[in-house]
Amino acid sequence: MEELLHTAHRSAQLSAHDVVLGYGNRTVINGLSVTLPEGKVTAIVGPNGCGKSTLLSALARLLPPRSGEVRLNQRSVFSMAPREVATLLALLPQQATAPEGLTVSELVQFGRQPHQSWFQQWSREDQHILEAALRAADLEALADRPLESMSGGQRQRAWLAMTIAQATPLLLLDEPTSALDLGHQIEVFELIRWLSVEGGKTIAMVVHDLVSACRYADHLIAMKDGVIVAEGAPSDVVTRELVRTLYNIECELITDPLSNSPVLTQIQRA
Amino acid sequence: MNAVTPRARFVRGFVLSILALGIALSASLVLGAGDVSAVRAARALFGSDDPQAWFVVSELRFPRTCVGIVVGALLGIAGNLLQTVTRNPLAEPDLLGISASATAAVALALLMGADLVAIQVWVAVVGALGGCALVLAAARMKGVGDDPVRLVLAGAALKGLLVSLVSLILLIDQRTADEIRFWTIGALAGRGFDQLESVLIPLLLGLALTIAICKPLATLALGESVASSLGQRPQLTRWLTLIAVALLSGVAVALAGPIAFLGLIVPTLARGMAGPDIRRSLPLCALLGPAVILLSDVIARVVVPPSELPLGVVTAFLGAPILVAVVRLRRTSLGKG
Repeated sequence: MEELLHTAHRSAQLSAHDVVLGYGNRTVINGLSVTLPEGKVTAIVGPNGCGKSTLLSALARLLPPRSGEVRLNQRSVFSMAPREVATLLALLPQQATAPEGLTVSELVQFGRQPHQSWFQQWSREDQHILEAALRAADLEALADRPLESMSGGQRQRAWLAMTIAQATPLLLLDEPTSALDLGHQIEVFELIRWLSVEGGKTIAMVVHDLVSACRYADHLIAMKDGVIVAEGAPSDVVTRELVRTLYNIECELITDPLSNSPVLTQIQRA
Repeated sequence: MNAVTPRARFVRGFVLSILALGIALSASLVLGAGDVSAVRAARALFGSDDPQAWFVVSELRFPRTCVGIVVGALLGIAGNLLQTVTRNPLAEPDLLGISASATAAVALALLMGADLVAIQVWVAVVGALGGCALVLAAARMKGVGDDPVRLVLAGAALKGLLVSLVSLILLIDQRTADEIRFWTIGALAGRGFDQLESVLIPLLLGLALTIAICKPLATLALGESVASSLGQRPQLTRWLTLIAVALLSGVAVALAGPIAFLGLIVPTLARGMAGPDIRRSLPLCALLGPAVILLSDVIARVVVPPSELPLGVVTAFLGAPILVAVVRLRRTSLGKG
């Protein structure tokens, strides 16, 4: 990966401390603490409504906790200016939509926004980073294409390229592959993996599919009813008991001989 | 579809808009309802000794044209801002009742005895701001805000209510009726530099604010969470945008009365030429707005000589088909998605 996009040298400590989170008068998470391992890909998994997206929103500074604190490099994230946070932490929300007619290149340019000031608009460095981000996501040939004319996988890569151009050491993703078919899922997951391994980013993603989570993440956080029920390397924490607790299903676990990650077979309702 | 970069597209749109504005400007100076022919007017412009034609061009048509340029630019920009902030291609200051709010506020102020001409524009701006707040509230409401057409219907209801309120005031108070007539019929005729001078401060404030919020607003088009994660403050942007819309449309109403559809026609054309990024479409709005309003004004002057059509009638004729086209286009694209 090109040097411009390297972020490994910048510290990226993101953690939640005893946070209480909810919407209106509904409490989703009641006192939860978690730390993202630096330079690793973390997958947050769990059944629908377990609070995984809520947790991600709080980590991304979108949802203020009712009590407790989210800390970014030892500082409370809500005491920092949005602009400063945006130079450290990028977010790709679930099913982001762009206005009709927006091209890939225009979308990726938005990623430079936190680094620009009112006076200094588009610099030479911005241009280099834009080109590097397009290359990283393998979108150079499509740079001037409008987003709606591309496949779902290409579109998602374009959004990822925007976060790459943001050049943050931290990247949070909410179900980055939810609307994609299998081929496009792999395409997106491999890019995410590469961003961590080659770019040195600390990544956390909410993932629906447990097997993909095991395959592409170094660290797994399994949640149910707003509580973390297991946490650690996928091959250590994924057990028949965990799968039963999370999804209420029975299964056998085998190990994928190529990736050494756990795979579920003989799945049936408990 | 390929090969045309957004920048090339913008340059092409820019050139076309300048051309359109040039044509509209010349037509507005040269063509009219009176008995000075186009040839005489054009000659007078280029220095022939024709006092009557020169008077018509410099004293009647030139001030009117200047007001037209300002009002056209204001409504074009206000429409684009409003459409972007509500994410609704049909949002338009007049259709959503914002112009009517300004008129109603001025009528109420007059009824209560205010007679300072100088503060009228501020009353109009405050009225427009009230209208904007209602629009924002409606746009955030479930079932209204997520459907472009329903928001317009809600706006039409508000507008109807306010228009009848103004009619009521006109009936009960004669003095107000005389002064307010100016505010209820959209026109450029008889407007000139005195009016322009009286609105200068809110006008400049509105434009400065527009320039300041351009970039945050462009980012907001990617959705609230993305804008936040790029370091913006969406809520603040939204409020500043509505204040800008209130300033711009309040000033436009103070200058020329409510002019329907201009804020819809112009941004639709501008986005068609420049793409969805508001930083590119706004400059085109500032050029196309004057072009469209001046051409409409020329049509208003020449179709039924020797009298003139109200300007609002012409813009409605041009705008209604665009409204229908946008609705149909949205419907089919929604059907596909």
